[in-house]
Amino acid sequence: MPKKIMNRPEDFVHEATAGFLAAHGDRYTQVEDVSGLRVIDVKEKTAVVVGGGSGHEPIFGYFIGENLADAAAAGNVFTSPDPGTILKVAASVERGKGVLFVYGNYAGDNMNFDIAAEMLDEMGIETKTVRVCDDVASAPKERYTDRRGIAGNVFVIKIAGAATASGLSLEEAYRVTAKARDHVYSMGIALSSSAIPGEKHPIFDLADDEMEYGVGIHGEAGIRRTKLMPADQIVENLTDRILEDSGIQSGDTVCSLVNGLGATPLTELYIMNRRLSQLLREKGIHVHRMEVGTLITSMEMAGASITLMKLDDELQKYYDMPCNSPYYKK
Amino acid sequence: MKELNCRQVREMLLYVADQVIKSKDLLTEIDSQIGDGDHGIGMERGMKKAREKLLDMEAGTDAYSLFFEMGRTMLMSMGGASGVIFGTMFSGGAKGKPARETLDCPHLAELMRDSLTKIKERGQAQPGDKTMVDAMQPAAEAMCSYEGSDLAEMLALAAAAAKAGMESTRDLQAKFGRAKSLMGRELGHQDAGATSAWIIFRSMEEYVKSL
Repeated sequence: MPKKIMNRPEDFVHEATAGFLAAHGDRYTQVEDVSGLRVIDVKEKTAVVVGGGSGHEPIFGYFIGENLADAAAAGNVFTSPDPGTILKVAASVERGKGVLFVYGNYAGDNMNFDIAAEMLDEMGIETKTVRVCDDVASAPKERYTDRRGIAGNVFVIKIAGAATASGLSLEEAYRVTAKARDHVYSMGIALSSSAIPGEKHPIFDLADDEMEYGVGIHGEAGIRRTKLMPADQIVENLTDRILEDSGIQSGDTVCSLVNGLGATPLTELYIMNRRLSQLLREKGIHVHRMEVGTLITSMEMAGASITLMKLDDELQKYYDMPCNSPYYKK
Repeated sequence: MKELNCRQVREMLLYVADQVIKSKDLLTEIDSQIGDGDHGIGMERGMKKAREKLLDMEAGTDAYSLFFEMGRTMLMSMGGASGVIFGTMFSGGAKGKPARETLDCPHLAELMRDSLTKIKERGQAQPGDKTMVDAMQPAAEAMCSYEGSDLAEMLALAAAAAKAGMESTRDLQAKFGRAKSLMGRELGHQDAGATSAWIIFRSMEEYVKSL
């Protein structure tokens, strides 16, 4: 059985939440009766509510705070939260200005969040939904809406938080956040698998000398399995694919994220970032800012992804606003 | 047996819950082949909650409300795609129908047919997509085309159709869930959701036969 620091598998999520609150309970609290976290100091604005399965921390649960999300609904590991949880989490931060849902595009999340949105609608609370679908490896461009949401969640939540904190209406905040979704592209590689707590086997097997392109953050199979390549070649392959898919080209401005999937050290992420910065410069793409960190994970998976968001003046304005949470600050 | 009263419907649903809970390890093993292995865990969680809910309820005078509360409880406690789909299997066709003290063949068939319609609307899955719909649709169709009045006979046809549908998923490519990214590696393995659907129909048959 894959090794994990845990007690009983069924206590995995709520014991982690209890530990998080022991450290950060001055600013965050659990939503009553359900598996969800919210800010204590709820602002009079359109609420940003995120969520999904657990196991991707810091996203989603720890990505709430000033100018970020207001609350997060947490399912079990790699399982969408149920509609009752989402409903209570959303209602706990709703202040008469509607709720903007932001989450990754997966069948389970889509259905459960949609039911919660219908229930909120019956209560007279207006909602809008942005599903992040940035993983260019997960479906061809013609089936854009089938794509999975991965590290692009970071930038889309950042924009949603800043837009609502600036006082935008639900309608306007939705427009800006949907634009961020349409401007963000990612792709990753995995060097090893991860395992669901209590399961006897890792989600997939990868030989010691192999890597896989396009693996999803729940261990979804990728598009190409190869021998392990040098860092520069990995970065070139990922970046080429993202640029080809996105149409980002010379003269454009982007922000970037090299994201670790859990077990990959920061040092290796910086080795990747070094080559990414060279590549973007060579191609005449203006880099507004580069981020490097472990922000959306797949438990103990080793690997990384690259994300680019193409910026226009409006997105750049919201991207540059300060924000604050335990694992993401600006 | 031509009809079930509310007490029997409640007992049947409790029996279904118990059988699914007992099948947890089987479902987990099937799901581990091509999914992430959590289908059995989720079904067990939802059925345990549904069981508690049914035990708390009186049999009452509305058979539909027993189905509805069971489904609703699963929907609100499981999470994941299967929480919505299997919750709707019980609640979808029962929601909004005028109260009935008994369920006979046409009414039980109609309930399952309407649940199936709602599952397909919500999940966008069609037959052939390697989901529980591949087991539930033939079962619901067998029930709707049954012209007799014997519940055990109708449910035996439904369970047989569900089983054949479940077995057919071995040869199908997945369109949903983690298995859809397997690019054909899922071939040869049956779908865990279809297996759950078969267990549910088989259990309804077993209960009615025991009466």
